[in-house]
Amino acid sequence: MNGALAFLSDYTIQNVAFGAAILGTISGVLGVFAVLRQQSLLGDALSHAALPGICLGFLLAGSRSLPAILAGALLTGILAALVILVLTSRTRLKTDAAIGISLSVFFAAGVVLLTYIQGTGNASQGGLDTFLFGQAAAILRSDLYVMGAIALVGLGIVAAFWKEFKLVTFDPDFAGSLGMPVRRIETALTLLIALAVVVGLQMVGVVLMAAMVIAPAVAARQWARSLGAMVTLSALAGIVAGASGALLSSLASGLATGPLIVLAATLLVIVSLLFAPQRGILWSVIRRRRAAHHLRGRQVLATIHDLASAHHDTSYPAEQSMLDAYHGLGTGAVLSRLEGRGLVRRTTHMPQEGPHWELTEEGRAQARESLGETPPESA
Amino acid sequence: MSPSADRALDLQNGAEPLHEPGLAVHVEDLTVSYHEKPVLFDIDLNVPPGVMCAVVGPNGAGKSTLIKSILGLVKPTSGHITLHGLSYREVRSRVGYVPQRSTVDWDFPTTVLDVVTMGLYGRLGWFKRPGRHERRKAEEALRLVGMEDFARRQISQLSGGQQQRVFLARALVQEADVYFLDEPMAGVDATTERAIVKILGRLRDAGKTVIVVHHDLQTVTTYFDWLVLLNVRVIAQGPVQETYTAENLRAAYGGQIALLDRGAPAE
Repeated sequence: MNGALAFLSDYTIQNVAFGAAILGTISGVLGVFAVLRQQSLLGDALSHAALPGICLGFLLAGSRSLPAILAGALLTGILAALVILVLTSRTRLKTDAAIGISLSVFFAAGVVLLTYIQGTGNASQGGLDTFLFGQAAAILRSDLYVMGAIALVGLGIVAAFWKEFKLVTFDPDFAGSLGMPVRRIETALTLLIALAVVVGLQMVGVVLMAAMVIAPAVAARQWARSLGAMVTLSALAGIVAGASGALLSSLASGLATGPLIVLAATLLVIVSLLFAPQRGILWSVIRRRRAAHHLRGRQVLATIHDLASAHHDTSYPAEQSMLDAYHGLGTGAVLSRLEGRGLVRRTTHMPQEGPHWELTEEGRAQARESLGETPPESA
Repeated sequence: MSPSADRALDLQNGAEPLHEPGLAVHVEDLTVSYHEKPVLFDIDLNVPPGVMCAVVGPNGAGKSTLIKSILGLVKPTSGHITLHGLSYREVRSRVGYVPQRSTVDWDFPTTVLDVVTMGLYGRLGWFKRPGRHERRKAEEALRLVGMEDFARRQISQLSGGQQQRVFLARALVQEADVYFLDEPMAGVDATTERAIVKILGRLRDAGKTVIVVHHDLQTVTTYFDWLVLLNVRVIAQGPVQETYTAENLRAAYGGQIALLDRGAPAE
């Protein structure tokens, strides 16, 4: 207990938790728009493109000054977004190719700059390599103010232009017909994603930052019924993933923070994909099984009914093994389910020959209905 | 002069002379090209107010592009467009639009009512959020299209016909004088098609102008009273009785005669 308290009141731990919360909120909120606009990969390009900016900021400032580094990261991130925009609008390249090219070129330039700085023997003091995979423990209280200010600006813009962002994301043509400046709003959303990436650089690093944009939003989509709910849940998922990953990484020294945060976020995604009501895989499996059961039941009812009609005997007892032969093996389970619903009953026709079944009155009605012999009563 | 044209005069602030104020839609020398090849070439178009107008033509004829150019969504290479004598910027609040249903992601997390409310975003202006008044208007429009029971439903759970009705309701809350609908009858059930035609007819009877990109030649004469036949150029335009001829259809559709055998009138 004391240990836990000491842990939580630890200066570094507090910084880490706050930082993770800031990062989770901003990347969760903006990730929603990226995912809904089917631009998840844009986040990846923007985060990789931050690396040359980080190095340039370091070189220009001459030290690991966070504002300079983040400004550089934002600048090259925006530049990469511009390159993608120009490539897709001026050439016949498709978006995925344009993103791929931009991502790798900018990242390559970043790695070249990084190795150059390391060659000058400056990088380890600067701790610049921590921007690759993130290191929560390197975060200072003053860094939090910078991150927090950027995040507040981003969230403020989203709140102010909420309805415009929503309509441009859902239906840009209609938004344009209402006179909304669609291009400018789309650009703003892209810039905001660059902003979110910048906030997460220290903690998650350039390589995996895209996951923090995508994963919380994907998890949130599974549960949300409105854009507001999706944004809120995504921010929460971002906070939870960020905080748990960051805290885990500071428990043992030398564990990279970014990958742990991303793994935590992935866990949330998996749980959401499996268990979310309506959309979860588990529920759709259950629904499909139920539908299959229902269908098989109807088929067996129809078979019994057909056999009875063929013998001109409405209470003709159908032998279970014969039903098995008609339907492939195992009508036993189907039959006992139908019996439970009062649609068939066992008959003791010839006990030595195994179970026989006949339709009840209700079973007969249902069989006729599914065979289309009589229209359902509601029609 | 029609009442809507009167209002066009009121709206105008006097500085610039009105350009064909008696026409709901007036297009002059419109050319649009995405790459080298023009999608629309030298379009001259006049649609009087109070008609229900079909825009018909083969695939790739530029029907959607024509609508989008009128609505300022596509930048034309050249040309001049006015609605009731005014530029689109000036009459925007009097125009309703139903885009093609397939252009949006119906898995977007929102409700039917919320989508309909979006039709009022233009009127709300920056920074304002929709409130009770907007919600009531949206509910009213949903009643008109027979979707009032679906207000709280997720849009991802709608059938194609229901999606189309929701889009129509969103245009109805715009309370416009000119409506543009892009393929509203494509892939919807017969009940929805009847409902849409009925609602559009009522708008026309109230003096509104309704312009519909339409794909089904067989229903042109039953649904519409005005026709624009399009294939990159305008092949014919005018009252349906005068323009819906085998000759015009052949000119618009070229070799696609199979289509004509069923849909075309006798020569």
